[in-house]
Amino acid sequence: MLRMVCFLLAITASGYSVADVSAVYGFESRGEEQRYQNLIAELRCPKCQNQNIADSNSPISKDMRNVVYQMMLDGASNEEIVESLVSRFGEFVKYKPDLDSRTFVLWATPAIAVLVGLLVVAGVVVRSRRAGTAAPALSSEEQARIDKMLAERNEGGSA
Amino acid sequence: MYPELGQLALILALLLAVLLSVVPLVGSLTGRDNLQAFARPLTTGMFVFVGLAFAVLTHAFLTDDFSVAYVANNSNSMLPWYYKFSAVWGGHEGSLLLWILMLTGWTMAVAIFSRRLPAVMISQVLSVLGMVSVGFMLFIVVTSNPFDRLLPNVPADGADLNPLLQDFGLIVHPPMLYMGYVGFAVAFAFAIAALINGRLDAAWARWSRPWTTVAWSFLSVGIALGSWWAYYELGWGGWWFWDPVENASLLPWLSGTALMHSLAVTEKRGVFKSWTVLLAIVTFALSLLGTFLVRSGVLTSVHAFASDPERGTFLLILLAITVLASLVLYAFRAPVVHVRSRYGSLSREIFLLLNNVLLVSATLLVAVGTLYPLVLDFFDLGKISIGEPFFNLTFSPLAVATGLLLGVGTFSRWKKTDGGWLARKLLWPLAVSMLLSTAIMVGYGGFTPWAFLGVFTAVWVTSATFWDLWDKSSSKKGRIHGLKRQSRSYYGMVLGHLGLAITMAGATVVSNYGIERDVRMVPGDVAEVGDYQFLFVDIGERRGQNFTAQYGTFEVMLDGKKVAELHPEKRQYAVGMSVMTEADIDAGLFRDIFVAVGERISDNAWAIRLQYKPLIRWLWLGALFMAAGGFLAVSDRRYRIRERATERATASQPAQKDDQGTAGAVS
Amino acid sequence: MKRLLLFLPLLVAVVVGVVLFAGIGKDPTKLDSALIGKQIPAFSLKDLKQPETTLDEGLFQGEITLLNVWGTWCPACRDEHDDLMKVAREKKVAIIGLNYKDNRDDALVWLDRLGDPYRTVIYDPKGTLGFDLGVYGAPETFVIDASGVVRYRHVGVVNDQVWEQILLPVINEARENG
Repeated sequence: MLRMVCFLLAITASGYSVADVSAVYGFESRGEEQRYQNLIAELRCPKCQNQNIADSNSPISKDMRNVVYQMMLDGASNEEIVESLVSRFGEFVKYKPDLDSRTFVLWATPAIAVLVGLLVVAGVVVRSRRAGTAAPALSSEEQARIDKMLAERNEGGSA
Repeated sequence: MYPELGQLALILALLLAVLLSVVPLVGSLTGRDNLQAFARPLTTGMFVFVGLAFAVLTHAFLTDDFSVAYVANNSNSMLPWYYKFSAVWGGHEGSLLLWILMLTGWTMAVAIFSRRLPAVMISQVLSVLGMVSVGFMLFIVVTSNPFDRLLPNVPADGADLNPLLQDFGLIVHPPMLYMGYVGFAVAFAFAIAALINGRLDAAWARWSRPWTTVAWSFLSVGIALGSWWAYYELGWGGWWFWDPVENASLLPWLSGTALMHSLAVTEKRGVFKSWTVLLAIVTFALSLLGTFLVRSGVLTSVHAFASDPERGTFLLILLAITVLASLVLYAFRAPVVHVRSRYGSLSREIFLLLNNVLLVSATLLVAVGTLYPLVLDFFDLGKISIGEPFFNLTFSPLAVATGLLLGVGTFSRWKKTDGGWLARKLLWPLAVSMLLSTAIMVGYGGFTPWAFLGVFTAVWVTSATFWDLWDKSSSKKGRIHGLKRQSRSYYGMVLGHLGLAITMAGATVVSNYGIERDVRMVPGDVAEVGDYQFLFVDIGERRGQNFTAQYGTFEVMLDGKKVAELHPEKRQYAVGMSVMTEADIDAGLFRDIFVAVGERISDNAWAIRLQYKPLIRWLWLGALFMAAGGFLAVSDRRYRIRERATERATASQPAQKDDQGTAGAVS
Repeated sequence: MKRLLLFLPLLVAVVVGVVLFAGIGKDPTKLDSALIGKQIPAFSLKDLKQPETTLDEGLFQGEITLLNVWGTWCPACRDEHDDLMKVAREKKVAIIGLNYKDNRDDALVWLDRLGDPYRTVIYDPKGTLGFDLGVYGAPETFVIDASGVVRYRHVGVVNDQVWEQILLPVINEARENG
């Protein structure tokens, strides 16, 4: 009903119209409109070269947006809407992969990587503590080379 | 000019590259100076011939030589001349030619700017770069020749450049991006040379550092340009989609950032050498992986070139040989003996190591997220999609952690930092960050945990950076003197970190506080987006050089005052009949207003996409700051002063054979 | 031990290389149907050639059939048409057509001009059955067994090679397993 009112207002107003236009798909509230935008951004066009159905102009994307809209009007939840599309087009159309035995490694990657990294750093710190305080002593040959280099450098003026 | 000259030039370049790969390398391993002396001339020759080939192809485009298949497929007589020029790299074959032009260009640069390096080192570095060139030149000559001809049936006109590419973005984005990708080949070559000759030390790190930083800076600019271009060109207001090709550019950037920081530690303290070398190899390997992914058809992407299994296979073999050979060399030749150095748990070394942990984890995350669908498909476990929802959930925490660590690590000292002292230093930044973040939340109207974290981190990095600058520039001789005393390297770091903060702020704010509406409008309607009102004035036809368009007029008002007039278009291109949405944007430092025309719903009703994008420009501005920081750091005295020292030394000691280049390297 | 660890990156690279190699040549846009192993969805649509008749999912009971999704607006459908005619002529298997998002008159003229390989054609102007079947681009061809269960979905044209190597094996397997 509210949708109809907005639509009529939009059509009949001329010049500066105070009432806002309806969304291409009209919603009860901005919150619902936002929910719709979020949903269509997370669903993938099965045909396109990697686009979500929000940005794609292909006919199948239009159909899918339409179905999302209709289901939202019927009161379906996000999970129900996504499930309905997945049951027809496969899990390919979801940009957020399920968390299951196949994708566990995927989702766990950041945690595992950071954990391993932290362990390595801990190991490095421990090892450096054992390394002793002083740098290894120079051999007499190395000492002589350093003396020579320092002498040359001083000769050539300060750098 | 005959296109065949271009082909000939490429073949000659290939021959020179083969010689470059072999002769100086052999010379360096057998101590034959005369062979090593060939390195620079061969490099010059290789670069000249590739340049010639590129010039020939450019000429073919500019003179509408449609007998060349590549020109016929990517150009058209009605195309404006600047797009004809950039069309040279608009397709697969030409973009590869650009790639090797950049590669031979970088090789040339290394040859020129490395007078002070030991001959053995430079011979090997140039040889390795030569080997990489050989691979790519072979690829071009055998599978992707841009000079193939369509004789005798020369088409009357070309198929036109894809309208999406008829844009300023094509002129700048690929060259910048390739400068970055290819630039990492230099760090790679240094790493391989060090593994071959065993001289993996602080000096090696010092030589590698500027090359890596410059490549990284270019890549930062290249990625930012890509994001900016997609934003205004594709008509949806998106700036990052976690598309496989986009990820392919982000991977070497993340890894390259880690490399840059790791090189700092190796240069200053001589530690983490094996790790740094590995990063150098991995970063370039990721560049190559990106090159493969874009052209092989293995992953679907809006940005991909036309795919061809034969080319894909060749490229993969090339990639495999390069990466596997490097990693085998690494496994056998990387040092296992640890440098005995002691550093505390709060030392700068450790903070930079932690930085690497986070950046490498992020690299791994993006790589896994991009390739995982392939893995599952390989095991017949289904075809899944991994996109923005996944990456937002997993990448954001890492980004925040990196920023938080940055703030703390800024104050760290080499070898040892006192915990209490560090904690006290952090008090001011903490207070400032809490206050400012809260203020910003309130200002934009709404608190969400992620928005807060993102903004807090950005402010945290900024305040820590400035506080550290304040701290370091305090001097008995006055603040100005203190500021002047800091090195360019330090200011480069400051700029770079500020750039990161700016980008993070932009990304957080636009993602959390941006508003997007798809509305149905007829001329005369007003739509509300946030505090703005959009009046749809009218829409009519207009003609361009090679298209006709539906040209809309919108007035945008804020608090009753007009702030912008926007003209989005829906264009139909004459050749190919493709339809493009050209959004119009009122750009501002603190917000963009974005309008795009969608479908025609009925006679006078159109679907209009309206967007309010706060701080979106900060995303790219931050990247420019980061790149500026990189270039500033590279111009630091230390990279120039030793030149003078060496000259003076050679002037007074004519028979000097041993020029280590490590003297005076303490800063 | 440390030396062994240094071989780890090499190992990772090899694994990645193998996965990438396997991916070459595969078409990432060809999706498996989500309906494999499931019943044809319920529908109620008119017959293209006999507008008064209403068809439903019972149409697919009793024998193995091919369901071919096509439209006059689809150039690739034109390409595969002759191959479909061949299959129909040699009576290898019954083909049921799904006229997807099309105009009845255009479709009838098309069949008249080019030949009619279909035993029956379902008229789906709004694409509702197509949507329920997960059709995302014509032409698509489904193999449906005698109890109305979807066995396979092929995206793209049906030609000799596709028929021999892809569809026929599925049909034969369906015949053996009932």
